[in-house]
Amino acid sequence: MGNQIVVPFGPQHPVLPEPIHLDLVLEDERVVEAVPTIGYVHRGLEKLVEKRDYKDYVLIAERICGICSFTHSVTYCNAIERIMGIEVPARAQFIRTIWMEYSRMHSHLLWLGLTADAMGFENLFMNAWRLREEILDDMEATTGGRVIQGSCKVGGIRRDISDDKLGEMVDHLKKIRPLLEESNRIFTHDQTVRHRMRGLGVLSKEDAWDLGAVGPTARGSGCDMDVRSSGYSAYGELGFKPVVFTHGDCLDRCLVRSEEVLAAVDLVERAVAKMPDGPIEEKVKGNPDGEYFAFSEQPRGECMHYIKANGKKNIVRHRVRTPTLTNIPPLVKMLEGIEMADVPVVVLTIDPCIGCAER
Amino acid sequence: MIEQKHTITEIAVTDLLKKTGECHEKGHRLVQIGCTPLGDCYEINYTFTTSWDFESLRITVNDGDKIPSISGIYWGAFIYENEIHDLFGLTVTDINVDFQGHLIETRIPSPFKNAPPVTKVKKGGDA
Amino acid sequence: MSYITKSPWIIHYDGSSCNGCDIEVLACLTPLYDLERFGIVNTGNPKHADVFLITGGINEQSRAVVKNTYEQMPDPKVVVAIGICAATGGVFRECYNIMGGVDKVIPVDVYVPGCAARPESIIDGVVSALGILEEKRAKMAEKGGKKQ
Ligand code: SF4
Repeated sequence: MGNQIVVPFGPQHPVLPEPIHLDLVLEDERVVEAVPTIGYVHRGLEKLVEKRDYKDYVLIAERICGICSFTHSVTYCNAIERIMGIEVPARAQFIRTIWMEYSRMHSHLLWLGLTADAMGFENLFMNAWRLREEILDDMEATTGGRVIQGSCKVGGIRRDISDDKLGEMVDHLKKIRPLLEESNRIFTHDQTVRHRMRGLGVLSKEDAWDLGAVGPTARGSGCDMDVRSSGYSAYGELGFKPVVFTHGDCLDRCLVRSEEVLAAVDLVERAVAKMPDGPIEEKVKGNPDGEYFAFSEQPRGECMHYIKANGKKNIVRHRVRTPTLTNIPPLVKMLEGIEMADVPVVVLTIDPCIGCAER
Repeated sequence: MIEQKHTITEIAVTDLLKKTGECHEKGHRLVQIGCTPLGDCYEINYTFTTSWDFESLRITVNDGDKIPSISGIYWGAFIYENEIHDLFGLTVTDINVDFQGHLIETRIPSPFKNAPPVTKVKKGGDA
Repeated sequence: MSYITKSPWIIHYDGSSCNGCDIEVLACLTPLYDLERFGIVNTGNPKHADVFLITGGINEQSRAVVKNTYEQMPDPKVVVAIGICAATGGVFRECYNIMGGVDKVIPVDVYVPGCAARPESIIDGVVSALGILEEKRAKMAEKGGKKQ
């Protein structure tokens, strides 16, 4: 039995792009307990609903996080549209879906890169980010923004994508698909990666469910849960199937994401093939009155926007439950009993997005 | 699209632990706990689900009321309960991992505590 | 900036940004934009760093961290505030927890505009910061020379 010592981890830490603080209680090299502290990025933007009207607030909702930005704005709009009974035109739904999948691709590639970096695999990091730039190019060409798009609005979208451009996007994806597959192969076949991550930070299926894990963290543990299966936006018409792995360790959480990148490419291709014609927005009149819980699947997992409105132009309450927040309890469980040197890798495998978690 | 059903049941604070326990036995997972300040009281939603049917237990509390923690049933609930304590200034008793108000440190204590001014000040000021 | 005598190292901290600017900073270091061609290396240790890149406004908890990091950096040092948030608080300036831009806590040398700041403008900002760094270094050398 060694003595217990407390080692602070973060907030400013080389492997963390964002600040989160963990107090690690160690016994020799093993973590006995991890106590997280957040709040370094807390802005309090939910309270801004009092100052911005519900249409302008879309832009704030988008800035909850710069990675899942587009999905946040869509979820917010979904909630408002549900309360007001607005039918969003099919073309807008399809284009929203395409952009959401592009967000997923860029987010997962970003994450794969960061994980590779945490393992000390610099080359893979650079490679993943190079591929990500290809995705961002199309994102920028169609929305005008690389990470913050500002393209979603209540009732539809701001910009249409021309059919020519849609074709080009599919061609481009076809071209980078082999590159994506190759970088995935590194995760599935490389000995060092497997050795580093197999059996590390295991989260059992029961624990994942009970502690409220969502997204790739839950799907890596064998829980088949993905809000996209419920078919919001255009997912219902694209034959969506969730990617599920069963070991519950770091490697499987990686594999879920790397597979999802390819699945996203497929979804975009199918969406383009089925793209309906028509208007891209619906006129919005009046103010919302009522409440709604809107769910969506972000790159990091299930996200919930709760809106309560009372017929004024400022809504009463906007509550965001982001995937990272519910993934923190599972993370604390995963960290128990692992070695100090593995902490960065395990923390990264839940894909923490602190900007989201603290709003 | 599969319509997401959402049933909201209003319950008394004293029933909270019993009802939550029932949800746990049915194999529900905890989706979230969220609080809404309503001017004179607070509404707290505990959302559970198994698939696409969501179920919310709703309690209404006032400033100074004590809310029992459900973290004994759902271990992960501590994160939401500490959040409610820090942002709304409500007291949650017996949380398994109690941060004592240090989970989210804010410049002004309990910023969401009072009701949003719009509901009071801007009466009729609807544009 | 004609040339730089020393390879400048940067350190990056996220004040309370939305991540948008944050990942653009990281994107600058990767193959397409490749900030490393200026000899720049990203470090996690403030004691090694010359340039402090900071994204996002300052809130209650990050204030001390930012200050601390800044104070640990050896002189001469420059601070680059990236994004509107870091300049003024941006869209979040009215939030109860945001104190405002980075210059409320530490002196800022270069402001990079944009929400999110584009990698091109970040590179531009960093390169101008390198010029300022050289000036500061020259000034320090002058002062040091006089003393001796
Ligand atoms: S300037 Fe914009 S993109 Fe950058 S951190 Fe602020 S809100 Fe996010």
